[in-house]
Amino acid sequence: MLLRYRGGEGMLAWAFHRISGVAIWAFILLHVLDIWLANVNPKVYDELLTLYGSPIGRLMETALFAAVLYHALNGLRIIIMDFWPSVTRYHKQLWYANWVLFVVVGVVFAVQIMAPAFGLEAPFRFGG
Amino acid sequence: MARITRAGSARPMSGGFELAVWYLMRLTALGLFVLVLAHFTIVHLIYDPAIQKADWIAARWSSAAWRTVDWLMLSFVVFHAFMGMRTVVQDYTTGSTRMVLTMLLYLVAFLIFAMGTIGLVTFPDAVKVAS
Repeated sequence: MLLRYRGGEGMLAWAFHRISGVAIWAFILLHVLDIWLANVNPKVYDELLTLYGSPIGRLMETALFAAVLYHALNGLRIIIMDFWPSVTRYHKQLWYANWVLFVVVGVVFAVQIMAPAFGLEAPFRFGG
Repeated sequence: MARITRAGSARPMSGGFELAVWYLMRLTALGLFVLVLAHFTIVHLIYDPAIQKADWIAARWSSAAWRTVDWLMLSFVVFHAFMGMRTVVQDYTTGSTRMVLTMLLYLVAFLIFAMGTIGLVTFPDAVKVAS
């Protein structure tokens, strides 16, 4: 439906911004609650972490980063156009630039997050 | 400056509360761009979340600076996320449904902000989990 509606890039940019925004909002609720749990019952929190570290947990972690990264980049694009309206002429080009950045940064994070799910060493070692 | 925007929502012309929210959404967005991406880089790229047990959080928050940064991020994110949800609610509902949902959002926002703040401030400097 989203792709057949002839709204073009601007409409898709808006739809993805909204969907990712609502998804991140839902995660914020979970994240405040899990840190609350870490405070009141650290033992149960530590057990919950094994769920976060499971392959499905890592898949959701990657999806979360995709949502955050898209929302951040497109949000910057919105702000630029809000304060420099003449740039709006190039809103499509900006959106494509967003996707280039999204893929470049996203691949690094996705590989790092997903590697342990395949029994592999996380590729980037920062001493962590 | 032309008063039109083609993305996000148009700058409110009425001024007052709605205009303040419009500016604050963009201000918190810029703050979160830095804070959240830095946060994600540290807790998901540099360190694996799987190792971040309660004692890891305690070690991180033994620094008052980190607690301050994280509390700033909490404040920004609660405002930005809930005011964003308010826009979503206002786009799809009218009348009393909109009123009830908006009030519900404010209530949950307050609860989440309170829980986040209390959890962050009272987090012990060291956590011992018998396993």
